[in-house]
Amino acid sequence: MNDNAYYGRYGGAFIPEILRATIKDLERIFDAARSDDTFWPEFSGLMSSYSCRPTPLTFAGNLTGHFSGARIYIKREDLNHTGAHKINNVMGQGLLTRRMGKNRVIAETGAGQHGVATATMAAKFGLDCTIYMSKTDVLRQRPNVFWMERLGARVIPVTSGSRTLKDAINEAMRDWSAHMDTTHYVLGTACGPHPFPAMVTYFQSIIGEEVRTQILKSENQLPSRIYACVGGGSNAMGIFSAFLADDSVELVGVEAGGKGLETGQHAARLCADGARAGVAQGYKTYFLQDADGQMKKTHSIAAGLDYVGVSPILSHLHDTRRVRFTAATDDDVIAAMELAMQKEGIIPALESAHAFALAFKEAPALSGDEIIVINQSGRGDKDIFTIADAFDDPKWKSFIIDHAAQYHA
Amino acid sequence: MLESYLRKRLENKKILTMTHMVMGYPSFEVSAELVDTMVAAGVDLMELQIPFSEPIADGPVILNANQRALATGATVAKCMDFAGRMADTHKIPFLLMSYSNILFQQGFGPFTRAMAVKNLAGAIVPDLPPEEGADYLREMGAHQLAPIFIFSPTTPGDRMTYLDSVARGFVYCVARRGVTGTDTEFSRSMDTYLARCRRHTRLPLAVGFGVTAKKDVDFLVDRADIAVIGTQTIRLMETKGMGAVGDFLTALT
Repeated sequence: MNDNAYYGRYGGAFIPEILRATIKDLERIFDAARSDDTFWPEFSGLMSSYSCRPTPLTFAGNLTGHFSGARIYIKREDLNHTGAHKINNVMGQGLLTRRMGKNRVIAETGAGQHGVATATMAAKFGLDCTIYMSKTDVLRQRPNVFWMERLGARVIPVTSGSRTLKDAINEAMRDWSAHMDTTHYVLGTACGPHPFPAMVTYFQSIIGEEVRTQILKSENQLPSRIYACVGGGSNAMGIFSAFLADDSVELVGVEAGGKGLETGQHAARLCADGARAGVAQGYKTYFLQDADGQMKKTHSIAAGLDYVGVSPILSHLHDTRRVRFTAATDDDVIAAMELAMQKEGIIPALESAHAFALAFKEAPALSGDEIIVINQSGRGDKDIFTIADAFDDPKWKSFIIDHAAQYHA
Repeated sequence: MLESYLRKRLENKKILTMTHMVMGYPSFEVSAELVDTMVAAGVDLMELQIPFSEPIADGPVILNANQRALATGATVAKCMDFAGRMADTHKIPFLLMSYSNILFQQGFGPFTRAMAVKNLAGAIVPDLPPEEGADYLREMGAHQLAPIFIFSPTTPGDRMTYLDSVARGFVYCVARRGVTGTDTEFSRSMDTYLARCRRHTRLPLAVGFGVTAKKDVDFLVDRADIAVIGTQTIRLMETKGMGAVGDFLTALT
């Protein structure tokens, strides 16, 4: 057992023998990069010239006034190139792919943001790119599929299993098992076998490092609470990691409550009783599973949170109670999104809106000299079809009908 | 024990055959018929897969079989009962194949105890490397069950030596990169690889991933001890029926 691969009881590398040498190589390349003083400046330099880093920390004055509680700040990961925090990890792994001399990348994607980011990186770095995406997500995230293909990636719809993110990960693993000599698997979240949880967290930690500098500069004090949505957990680990040692900062992870925890149609692994420790997709963590250990179906309005496992680092932080986990339902999320748009003119992704929903619920109970930070992990325009349906917007519907009619003409 | 059974069997046969099946696919009744057919065709040992929802080492054919078995109600308890019945009915050794989580959820102690009670010979768990499997190895050892480990073309020599030190029964060599059920070219590079495997283990060698024809089995004579036939029998059962599976295996052995 490799102690570095474990976070309490969670993590590890439960991988088929065929992938072992590749994973070991990746670990070695990552460790070398991490201890190379020129690597982080190369990475952050790339992010500032290619992806608007540092992203702003926006004071939400209208929402603060609306709730008359804590002062609300929003970390604007939506302003990254490609519209979400996913690009941080992807560009970092792109640099590692170059160091490994590989010419092809593969990735899984749920909401499509990670797929678009990977296709973008592949275009910029001149790499072949294949994206695995569940059939369900291909259908609900068509605009992102369009962009991935235009960027030169091959998008393969996955029809096996429950047709969600986990099935796309399985297919990417199978591809990797056959093509690891030329191919790097750009896993999109802080899950999977070691070293992925550590590596993805390392690249995403740029979010929290910036927030720390920004909030100390503008308020000269640390926030009382930080809210982040939790699918696999990469944006949450990214913003939390800079504050883990600050006991005064409460870290709140918001999972997908779906249609309500009591309905069973959700993806809440840490804040509800349905999940327990298990091993799948190469690592040990809390999984939503039945008594035999078969993975359950999950549901969320947000494709990016619709995942059966969760970062092993977050599972450990759950057990040690360093992070508080809670959930927001699909309905809470739509309401929070509407309020964020109307009060601040910002459009959070459905995933990020989970963090907004909880922050809005709790902000009024805090005092005016306390600060909360919400991680807006992505922008909502990608969700226009889902959101328009949720708002039942009549003008949008007639636009779609008219537009479709033009194709038939 | 498993190794001595294999050695004894090898005194009279140049190469042994091991077949694979997913328990409960397409039903437990058909699974039982399939075992009867395989044993009658002369296979020397069998791996019985307990279906799992996330079989990452398996290709499309076995993946589909896993999903169908689960969808039609296969559970771990039913699979263990089935495996026990097969071991009581037939004289050849039976191994379980599954993924870590199936064993982890039962508990390694209870799982291996049940295996021993049901006279099963060993287990293949492709996502449980020995580094993560201290509890598994201890319990398998306590019940005199054979933990089968895997060599792959990417496994370095020192690791083969390490795997050999914890493996019992035989070593399973995957013939190539990738998942189950795609073509393998049985060639000179395979020759070099199998010779390397042989040098690094004291145990019999099984070769799997891509054995589909008599010539593949013939190629393995003197290079390995056991030819593993996995995906091909599922394909035949699906497209041509049980009779074709029997004919295919009889021609191989």
